[in-house]
Amino acid sequence: MAATDVDVFSNEEKRSLSLGGHVGFDSLPHQLVSKSVTQGFCFNILCVGETGIGKSTLMNTLFNTMFENEEASHYQNGVYLRPRTYDLQESNVHLKLTIVDTVGFGDQINKEDSYRPIVDYIDTQFENYLQEELKIKRSLFNYHDTRIHICLYFISPTGHSLKSLDLVTMKKLDSKVNIIPIIAKADTISKSELHKFKIKIMSELVSNGVQIYQFPTDDEAVTEINSSMNAHLPFAVVGSIEEVKVGNKMVRARQYPWGVVQVENESHCDFVKLREMLIRVNMEDLREQTHARHYELYRRCKLEEMGFKDTDPDSQPFSLQETYEAKRKEFLSDLQRKEEEMRQMFVNKVKETEAELKEKERELHDKFEQLKRMHQEEKRKVEEKRRDLEEEMNAFNRRKVAAETLSLSQPLKKDKDKKN
Amino acid sequence: APQSLDKEYVGFATLPNQVHRKSVKKGFDFTLLVAGESGLGKSTLVNSLFLTDLHKDRKLLNAEERINQTVEITKHTVDIEEKGVKLKLTIVDTPGFGDAVNNTECWKPITDYIDQQFEQYFRDESGLNRKNIQDNRVHCCLYFIPPFGHGLRPVDVQFMKALMEKVNVVPLISKADCLTPGEMKKMKDRVREETDKYGLKVYQFPDCDSDEDEEFKQQDRELKESTPFAVIGSNTVVEARGQRVRGRLYPWGIVEVENPSHCDFVKLRNMLIRTHMHDLKDITCDVHYENYRAQCIQQMTSKLTQDNRVESPIPILPLSTPDVETEKLIKMKDEELRRMQEMLQKMQQQMHEQDL
Repeated sequence: MAATDVDVFSNEEKRSLSLGGHVGFDSLPHQLVSKSVTQGFCFNILCVGETGIGKSTLMNTLFNTMFENEEASHYQNGVYLRPRTYDLQESNVHLKLTIVDTVGFGDQINKEDSYRPIVDYIDTQFENYLQEELKIKRSLFNYHDTRIHICLYFISPTGHSLKSLDLVTMKKLDSKVNIIPIIAKADTISKSELHKFKIKIMSELVSNGVQIYQFPTDDEAVTEINSSMNAHLPFAVVGSIEEVKVGNKMVRARQYPWGVVQVENESHCDFVKLREMLIRVNMEDLREQTHARHYELYRRCKLEEMGFKDTDPDSQPFSLQETYEAKRKEFLSDLQRKEEEMRQMFVNKVKETEAELKEKERELHDKFEQLKRMHQEEKRKVEEKRRDLEEEMNAFNRRKVAAETLSLSQPLKKDKDKKN
Repeated sequence: APQSLDKEYVGFATLPNQVHRKSVKKGFDFTLLVAGESGLGKSTLVNSLFLTDLHKDRKLLNAEERINQTVEITKHTVDIEEKGVKLKLTIVDTPGFGDAVNNTECWKPITDYIDQQFEQYFRDESGLNRKNIQDNRVHCCLYFIPPFGHGLRPVDVQFMKALMEKVNVVPLISKADCLTPGEMKKMKDRVREETDKYGLKVYQFPDCDSDEDEEFKQQDRELKESTPFAVIGSNTVVEARGQRVRGRLYPWGIVEVENPSHCDFVKLRNMLIRTHMHDLKDITCDVHYENYRAQCIQQMTSKLTQDNRVESPIPILPLSTPDVETEKLIKMKDEELRRMQEMLQKMQQQMHEQDL
């Protein structure tokens, strides 16, 4: 059972009882197995390595099948990940295998950002799982788990040491995924060179604190084989899908003018060891490690980022529920506050605009008044002038009449004078 | 028949012998630049080519130290002698090329070095005392292409582009014991294709004369068709087929460096040392150096005409800028010439008609 359960029940006494007869719960492992066989298994491999280093060929060789793959070009602008999912079956066991390839890795002149798409991909798969886990209505048993269970890092067989890109990339990946470093195209290194090369690589990894996957040695059934394999890391592999006749058998091999390199010959390369470790012995452990260690780490970091804690300031354990509720309330109140603010702002704006409009109206009115006054002024003046003019006309007319009458009376006066 | 015996013998047929004697006395020199990422077998190949151990006790950097490594230029000079002929061999190594995480313009120190040697020679050649000029110009650049990929990578293309106008570039497919014969053919075809596609000018063997015998022509053809050479080097001697040869010992067989069916090492050695060494030097002097010199002079004269007060850094003959007056005169004379030619033609025609 899990460690936490033991802690909780530690004050209770556990008594071992002996059975009087055969009960039958020793079939539990079988039940578990048959259930998982019915469900089918899922395994995701990430292959990281330079273009042309032999990633696809090795996958084909490992799983004894031809996965479709076009040859990649060296001229990609950046690194991108290409996942492909296949359904394989052996005996009655179904395996949903996803192989993720890093296309364009190591080809760019500036490789400072080459690790980023890989890290992002791994994180995205963790994120998707986390989202599913946090759902209210979730179906984890049905969920297609795309989290990467193993990263095979392909090292170029220079014979000297790791490349700078290898070191930088592995450091970024070691806390997120199980890494098994392998030496690719190992048929170009002689035995003595290989020995030195392996030692150099491991010492570089150790001195730079890169954590690679250690085959587990706590299960007595596999402890011996696993610990001996641990000493052979990194595995020097050769892949081939072509078959060559050796003796009276057709074996997978590479044919050179100077000899034939047999893929499954343990004195030629470590392919058999890799297959043994990766598929036949430790596949389940890899899945467990991914879930129990790498995924948990991711989850914890993510949730801490979001503000969740396991214990509040009083060191009382929080339940996720309460924290979630609190967060939700906080979020909602936040939302409300923002709404209020926006409404206030809207109202203020409306008021402002109103005031402006009123101001303008007043101005217009003033102007109108002014114009009216001017107009009246003008009218008055014109009236005055008219009156003046009329008066003048009248005056003139009177004078005219007066003058006329005067002239009329004048001749009478003369007549009068004459008569006299 | 007695006549040919009596014919006086002048004796200049001994000239080749005289040249031979003098050149042996003078000795030869050759500068070879090797470039490529670390771990591709450059030092091993150079040791195998010249059968010496040039790189004793060298310190290889760790991956951590290489993250921000810059390219260095190191020179090793050795004097080797064979049958009385002395060769001063200089190997220029470029540790750090392509090893850092960011390799932008990592070829710049190399092109700068080549230019420096050209400049040095240019100054020496234009100097007053030219008796003891040291020729440090790079005669050949061996560029190592990794066999692990599908052909040329961007850094390979950029490097060769930057160097093709300055030095004879000989691309090699390194660690050839990584590829089966079928894969090797594909790789060579790919590299040749991409060399054409990206317009990379690599060293071309001169065509052999048409009066050479058929066997020689056949050899020459084979040589040209097997470029780029796929090479393997080795520092160790192994026992193979009853002989002690340079080779690499594997659990599945022994790779012999000098076996032509294993790799092109012998072809490379023949080409580089036995047949085309002098041609490489000639092309460096006649083509690459001349290009550099012409560029240099052009730059300097354009500066001079801009500013007459600038002192030229080295004494050069004053280029006579064509006089405006003389140009006019020349033009006038040209015109006259043309007119006279026309008149001549007319007269000829008239005469021709008269004849008819």
